[in-house]
Amino acid sequence: MENLTTQMAGVPLNHYIYLCAIIFTIGVIGVLTRRNAIVIFMSVELMLNAVNLLLTAFSVHSNDPSGQVFVFFIMALAAAEVAVGLAIIVMVYRNTKSIDINILNRLKW
Amino acid sequence: MNIIITISITAFIVLYAGLFKAKKALLPLTVVGLLTALGFTIGAWNSNAIHFGMMQTDNFALAFSGICIVGTLLIFLLTQNYFHAKSDNVAEYFTLILFALAGMIMMVSYKNMAMLFVGLEIMSVSLYILAGIRKRDFASNEASLKYFLMGAFSTGFLLFGITLIYGATGSFDLDKIQAYLVDNSKAISPIFYPGVILMMIGLCFKVGAAPFHFWTPDVYEGSPTLITTFMSTVVKTAGFAAFLRLFAGAFGPLHEFWVQPLIVIVCLTLFIGNVTALFQKNFKRMLAYSSISHAGYLLFSLIVLSANSENNVLVYAAAYTFASIIAFAVLILVKQKTGSDSFESFNGLGKKNPLVALSLTVAMLSLAGIPLTGGFIGKYLMFLNVMGDYQMLLVAFAILNALVGFYYYFKVIVAVWFKDGADIELVTPTQYKLVLLVSVAITLILGIYPAIILNLI
Repeated sequence: MENLTTQMAGVPLNHYIYLCAIIFTIGVIGVLTRRNAIVIFMSVELMLNAVNLLLTAFSVHSNDPSGQVFVFFIMALAAAEVAVGLAIIVMVYRNTKSIDINILNRLKW
Repeated sequence: MNIIITISITAFIVLYAGLFKAKKALLPLTVVGLLTALGFTIGAWNSNAIHFGMMQTDNFALAFSGICIVGTLLIFLLTQNYFHAKSDNVAEYFTLILFALAGMIMMVSYKNMAMLFVGLEIMSVSLYILAGIRKRDFASNEASLKYFLMGAFSTGFLLFGITLIYGATGSFDLDKIQAYLVDNSKAISPIFYPGVILMMIGLCFKVGAAPFHFWTPDVYEGSPTLITTFMSTVVKTAGFAAFLRLFAGAFGPLHEFWVQPLIVIVCLTLFIGNVTALFQKNFKRMLAYSSISHAGYLLFSLIVLSANSENNVLVYAAAYTFASIIAFAVLILVKQKTGSDSFESFNGLGKKNPLVALSLTVAMLSLAGIPLTGGFIGKYLMFLNVMGDYQMLLVAFAILNALVGFYYYFKVIVAVWFKDGADIELVTPTQYKLVLLVSVAITLILGIYPAIILNLI
């Protein structure tokens, strides 16, 4: 474990920031361009995981455990969100037989 | 701390009462629980306690908790005959609303970013379920899915912002972040600035400020009306309290940086909210756009940070919350009778239902900002605050928008009193009368004796 931390700290912090910004952007683009509710949902998870990775990197670099504790908060609440979100998607599927968000235009945007 | 514990325990007790089919006991239990929580709120006044370095119950937090609890109490009183007609599982509605309230109390009293995130998520996850609680109704499904996708998306922005700020300052604590900004005012880490902007985007999504408002009208229209009432009043108030606590408190020293994007957001929100509200034919959708425009006025107080900013938002939020509760209560009554929520169904309401029509008139006058109502005092304080900094153009723009607002609020008053309609006689249960009277009283008292709330924080 010690070894892992030193190795992680060996990579410059900037690289983590760039990597996470790229992953986060991919998630944002996914949410904005995809039409399938499940894929949008996966893109959101990608955004959250970019955040988790960056928090861990910051936490290791500044020798402060609170960042890693925050990661647990994010994971727990993301799981709660998944449970509710998938239930909502299933409910929509039962009524419309589709999870394409283009059919969700009966109320106009 | 006691407040959150009381509300959470009430939620569990109500859930168990539902399990044992004690339907009659649900509302009394909830009311007792909320009154106890309100008692703790008043009892903790001026104590300024810090709980485990995570939450701080200062007067700001307590005042906003008070508004949220009273607002929720009034909304619970509106549940008479509302859920019972549509579903057997009434206890779940009560429990979810109570959990959302517990999340909101965390949001208004956080001292650590972790609590902001946890409170926001507790509130949002409960609301995703509440928005879609009519499983067979397509509009409700759609509202729920849209709210969920937009909510999760905005949480991502908020979290990325928190992370960058943590990377720059090494802490989640609001006081430490503020101390970092004061100490290093010349050499703030470059990743701090995108962090502030991302958090602003995330919170603007949550409070429904333009250009991140596009989900609001759909979600408000599709959700059950009572849940819409909850979302557009109490939830919005809590969102603004969280916004204010972060930006006026922790990010206060960086005011010059974030005020520019904020001015753009405020102007867009005011313009889009008011102008689109003009063209609505549906009362519920009009209220949704009017809530967007009120979000603009609430953000207006952040343009000039002064000692009064927090109190101004408190007054405005209180006036807006109680006036909106009246408007939605009347909407529920009209919809139960006529089955429609268009403006036409309000025609000629005043002839047979003087009490309801009079309350609706007071609510519309308050939302429009006519003197002697709470809404006027709220707007007056906001404009005065910004005038103090000689930003005349901004104030002129906001006043122009308030004038546009007059048109669509007065349209309702004209329909109620002067147009000929179907002469319907509404069935007004006692609890509704109570809610209407209490809300009208609060609105008028705020307008006539604003001194009672003016120097509260």
